[in-house]
Amino acid sequence: MRNPPGKNPRRRAPARLDSARALLAFQRLLHGALVRPLAPGDRMQSRWTDGRPMAEVAAEFIKPNDRLTAFDRLEIYNRMYWFRIIDSFYEDNPGLRAALGDRKFNRLALAYLAKHPSHSFTLRNLCARLEAFVRREPRWTAPRTALALDLARFEWAQTVAFDEAARPVLTAAEVGRADPARLRLGLQPYVALLALRHPVDTYMLAVKERDALRSEASNATTSTRHMKRSRKVALPRLERTWVAVHRVDNRLYYKRLEVPAFKILAALRAGRPLARAVAAAGRGVTPAQVQDWFARWMQLGWICRRK
Amino acid sequence: MPANAFNGHTDYGIGLGLRVPHYAHILEKKPDVAWFEIISENFMCGGGRPLEVLDRIMEQYRVVQHGVSMYFGSADKPDREHLRRLKALVKRTHTPWLSDHLCWGSVDGTYTHDLLPMPYTLAAAKTTAAKIRMVRDFLEVPICVENVSSYAEFHASEMTEWEFLSEVVERADCGILLDVNNIYVSSRNHGFDPYVYLDHVPHHRVGQMHIAGHTKFEKYILDTHDHPVLDPVWKLYAYATRRCGVTATLLEWDDRIPSFDEVHAEALKANEFIADAKSARKKPTAPRSRAA
Repeated sequence: MRNPPGKNPRRRAPARLDSARALLAFQRLLHGALVRPLAPGDRMQSRWTDGRPMAEVAAEFIKPNDRLTAFDRLEIYNRMYWFRIIDSFYEDNPGLRAALGDRKFNRLALAYLAKHPSHSFTLRNLCARLEAFVRREPRWTAPRTALALDLARFEWAQTVAFDEAARPVLTAAEVGRADPARLRLGLQPYVALLALRHPVDTYMLAVKERDALRSEASNATTSTRHMKRSRKVALPRLERTWVAVHRVDNRLYYKRLEVPAFKILAALRAGRPLARAVAAAGRGVTPAQVQDWFARWMQLGWICRRK
Repeated sequence: MPANAFNGHTDYGIGLGLRVPHYAHILEKKPDVAWFEIISENFMCGGGRPLEVLDRIMEQYRVVQHGVSMYFGSADKPDREHLRRLKALVKRTHTPWLSDHLCWGSVDGTYTHDLLPMPYTLAAAKTTAAKIRMVRDFLEVPICVENVSSYAEFHASEMTEWEFLSEVVERADCGILLDVNNIYVSSRNHGFDPYVYLDHVPHHRVGQMHIAGHTKFEKYILDTHDHPVLDPVWKLYAYATRRCGVTATLLEWDDRIPSFDEVHAEALKANEFIADAKSARKKPTAPRSRAA
């Protein structure tokens, strides 16, 4: 029964909507009512922020009709708001849901969305701050917070890899002509580099396989959050893993990376000149290995001009 | 009107909403479709599959942009990043007109992702019209605003929905995307005569129409876009076409989406009503609301 942080909703509707300022005040009030978390049973909360009955508050600015009270009519919007953004959260985080279980995942969703409502014109960005939230408020994911962090990062990386921009790729000839001490290469914005504590790439594949089997078993259209689990996927054990989430021909892929290769790519992304980026790989890496890695990355189109 | 300044002087006929489950069918089978309406926000990204699909679609088809989050009625100023990305997409698609909803949905930079009804006041109409003008001037493309379906009415309203719509579009000098299903849904939820609504909108500003299915609940109707178009909506569409002229029409089907062929066949049913309207327009159409 908490209000989202930030601006507290206005307590009363303006008496007259005769200016842009009054319209803004009205919209703040209504918005405050719409985004308040639902009460048990997916009903609108029965009391307003100041303790007055919500029915009384709603009746101040919404007309009833012969079938619905003002409360009922406002509740339609309150419910639609939460159903919409929770569905979006569920769609974006199937791995996190599988790892936490439905009840815990739902609590996490409500806590996150109450604190981080959408600030973007697109729901694509809804979970952009989930990793930071999990880190800051581990109580929602304990005792699986480390895994939850990996999954939040991994699932956001998939969003980035899906539709982030692609810059013009650099050719081997262009790289060969440049001075390695000064040359700064770019890494495609759609390539996400992840140093993880769990092999969540294989875990995600198992979750996707399970969900694909489940969806093939039934043609019924169901809200994402109400889908029943058919079987559990074994949780991954602790195992340091370095992965790039990327796309090829507009399909998503996960690519395991060796640690030195990961370090080179991370250094390139940080803007280091080529020679220093290669040095970041550390000792024990042969020039042949580095050449081989770069050849593969360029083949995948990862290496591009810096912005 | 078939072709007017608000739809870029085009005469597009019957189109379909471009939806993900149909991508493969469309790209492979290349069905004969007059045009596709795209949800702008789904393609306002940097790259990847969305833009690849869009480019391939545009090789074969005409595309019109329809937005869901400009929120002309929000008291907030337009989001600059949103506008920048939208303009980039407009340049990519060469959309002859662009539509979005006559509603609000964001406040203080927080988005509800819903199409919330306006309080129908003169001040709200002025604020909304100013924002439409601002967006149109920035995007340099004709704009049509769509009436939304609604489930609540406000004490603060000073006029009817159709009076508000007329006030806004006259002040903004923009077009109307007349959603016939939304008129029907709201008429049932609020107890007004949908034919009165159709009689009183400025017909010469109608640049496009929407048709869709809805769901009836015990106490209200919800605009779900998950069914075929229901008979009362077809009748209303026929009347709207007689009043406004044969206008670019699009079927929206967004949930429980059946096969492409089924959606296409449903959209093409509009042809029957267009033919009727064409013959009926040879005789003057009496306003049904006043004649009744």
